[in-house]
Amino acid sequence: MRSWDLVLFSLQSLIRYRFRSAMVLLAIGLGVAAVVVLTALGDGARRYVMDEFSFLGKDILAVLPGRNETTGGLPPVTGVAARDITLDEAYLLKQRLPAVLDVAPMVVGSAEVSYQDRAREVLVLGSTGSLLDIRQLSLAQGRNFTASDIRDSSEECLIGETLRDELFGASAKVIGENLRIADYRCHVIGVLAGRGDAMGTDLSDAVLIPVAAAQRIFNTQGLFRLVVRLAPGLSVERSTALILAAMTQFHQGEEDVTVVSPDAMLSSFDQVLGVMTLGVGLIASVSLLVAGVLVMNIALISVGQRTDEIGLLKALGASTAQVAKIFLLESVISSFIGAALGLLLALIILILATQILPGLTLRPPLWAPLVAVGIAIAAGLVFAWLPVKKATALAPIQALQKG
Amino acid sequence: MIELDKVCKTFYLGDQSVHALDSVSLHINQGEYISVMGPSGSGKSTLLNMLGLLDQIDSGRYCLDTVDTTTLSEPERAATRSEKIGFVFQAYHLIPRLSARENIELPMMLVGVPPKERRHLAEQAMTRLGIADRADHLPRQLSGGQRQRVALARAIVRRPKLLLADEPTGNLDSRSGAEVIDLIEELNSEGITLLVVTHDPQLGSRAHRKITMVDGRIASDSSGE
Ligand SMILES: Nc1ncnc2c1ncn2[C@@H]1O[C@H](COP(=O)(O)OP(=O)(O)O)[C@@H](O)[C@H]1O
Ligand SMILES: [Mg+2]
Repeated sequence: MRSWDLVLFSLQSLIRYRFRSAMVLLAIGLGVAAVVVLTALGDGARRYVMDEFSFLGKDILAVLPGRNETTGGLPPVTGVAARDITLDEAYLLKQRLPAVLDVAPMVVGSAEVSYQDRAREVLVLGSTGSLLDIRQLSLAQGRNFTASDIRDSSEECLIGETLRDELFGASAKVIGENLRIADYRCHVIGVLAGRGDAMGTDLSDAVLIPVAAAQRIFNTQGLFRLVVRLAPGLSVERSTALILAAMTQFHQGEEDVTVVSPDAMLSSFDQVLGVMTLGVGLIASVSLLVAGVLVMNIALISVGQRTDEIGLLKALGASTAQVAKIFLLESVISSFIGAALGLLLALIILILATQILPGLTLRPPLWAPLVAVGIAIAAGLVFAWLPVKKATALAPIQALQKG
Repeated sequence: MIELDKVCKTFYLGDQSVHALDSVSLHINQGEYISVMGPSGSGKSTLLNMLGLLDQIDSGRYCLDTVDTTTLSEPERAATRSEKIGFVFQAYHLIPRLSARENIELPMMLVGVPPKERRHLAEQAMTRLGIADRADHLPRQLSGGQRQRVALARAIVRRPKLLLADEPTGNLDSRSGAEVIDLIEELNSEGITLLVVTHDPQLGSRAHRKITMVDGRIASDSSGE
């Protein structure tokens, strides 16, 4: 039989048994689309998180009070609260450790910020001028904090662009204006550009004040965390160990802080999210297998209905192998078309989703469409094989009389 | 051309066995016209199916053109069906989704005859059988007589040596039945070997050689007369 005739014969039966073909295409198409869309979502989420964190350079560490915050271990059984990290300790770290190039202490809270008759509840971040360098934040207007003393509490503040627009509206003059944060007064010395850094916090609607002032407003001695920039030369592991040793010494031998390198954080995120994508892909592949079972049922019914056709083809001179080829090809062609439609559907869904969620790049990992199409065709083949084998095993006349 | 030697075929239904062919021996020459008659269940269809290689015999020997068919592999049996044997069934057995022309082209398509040649041969067969104007009709759009002519065209389009017809007029009114028989006899007069199973004694008596079957055996064979 000529290949082209073989293809035409299969296509013809797909076209002329419309309902059955539609069911197969639907099952395979939805299965393939599910695999591609779900893995694209998983991978998009992974990439989103990675992008959000990647602003942190390789030479940045965070020092957090308490042990093992990121590994999610249980708090110490003794119930003793972790000791605070203080401003003095931050100062000493920078002074004593050559490995530490710069330190930005952070205190975080929220408070009402008011200007004349306008007020707004915003994020208040206490830190020093170092923060802008370490986090590579830039200014749209004005200048950074200039005080060299980490304990400085001069009455200055930096605000985000959203906050500026909310408080000052169209008014051009912002620099030098007086704000009130709870009962602390300060004047605006600069405006942060853009959204600021991410890490879940949007600095465009926040106010940045000297860390000592923030401690007073929120009445706390402890710091939320230290952001440390490492001096070049030493490895991250070595520096981490040195910082941990120093902090332990400050805390009378108690190792009660955690030093996190964003690099480690990133790679564990990457791992977790990668596994998640794979898991989602597996789940979706199961749905594709379910689609395969559906195809098998349809194949069973159709081969059952067409057993007489198999008998006839044999009576007209087709061998068992030839008949099997015809029916398997038909199944592969329908799986293939179904898979192609599924990919198209996935593409449409992803384009629509990208419009709804502009922040997310929804691109499936390369293996997803390949695996999906592969499984679809394999399922089509395997599940068509059984009924075809059964029907072709009959003597031609038996098959012919079944119809 | 055909040599059957003590051919047996037994069917088992549960614990009952039916000797559909009970040690049948038969010699048929090229170009013979044979009618097979006999009561229902006497093994007429089984005989034709065995001759047409549509099923396998249990024991005995069946030689077609001096080839012992029991030694053939499945693909070889298929090839023999394709090259030497045409079959016409009572129930037509046309593929419902294919047009008359496509049904007729099917045996040629299976062996890879190029489309142009296929089409030409199908046209020829249809013209000869008087259904050229029905080429693009689906089977359900055709009358019984027309369907059987499509089936006949399909059976002869590969120019087989042997034409087996199992009650070809069983579903037809007497007029279209007679027309189909006329066509078949015309083919025989051109040299094709013809076996027709029929219930109609009048049709049966038109054959040159009349075989009667009873209980899986040949009860009478007019060639011996
Ligand atoms: N596939 C089959 N399975 C079981 N019994 C069968 C089968 N085919 C034929 N038979 C039996 O074999 C006998 C001969 O059948 P058949 O050749 O069809 O007779 P006829 O064509 O003369 O009416 C019958 O008793 C029939 O019931
Ligand atoms: Mg019969």
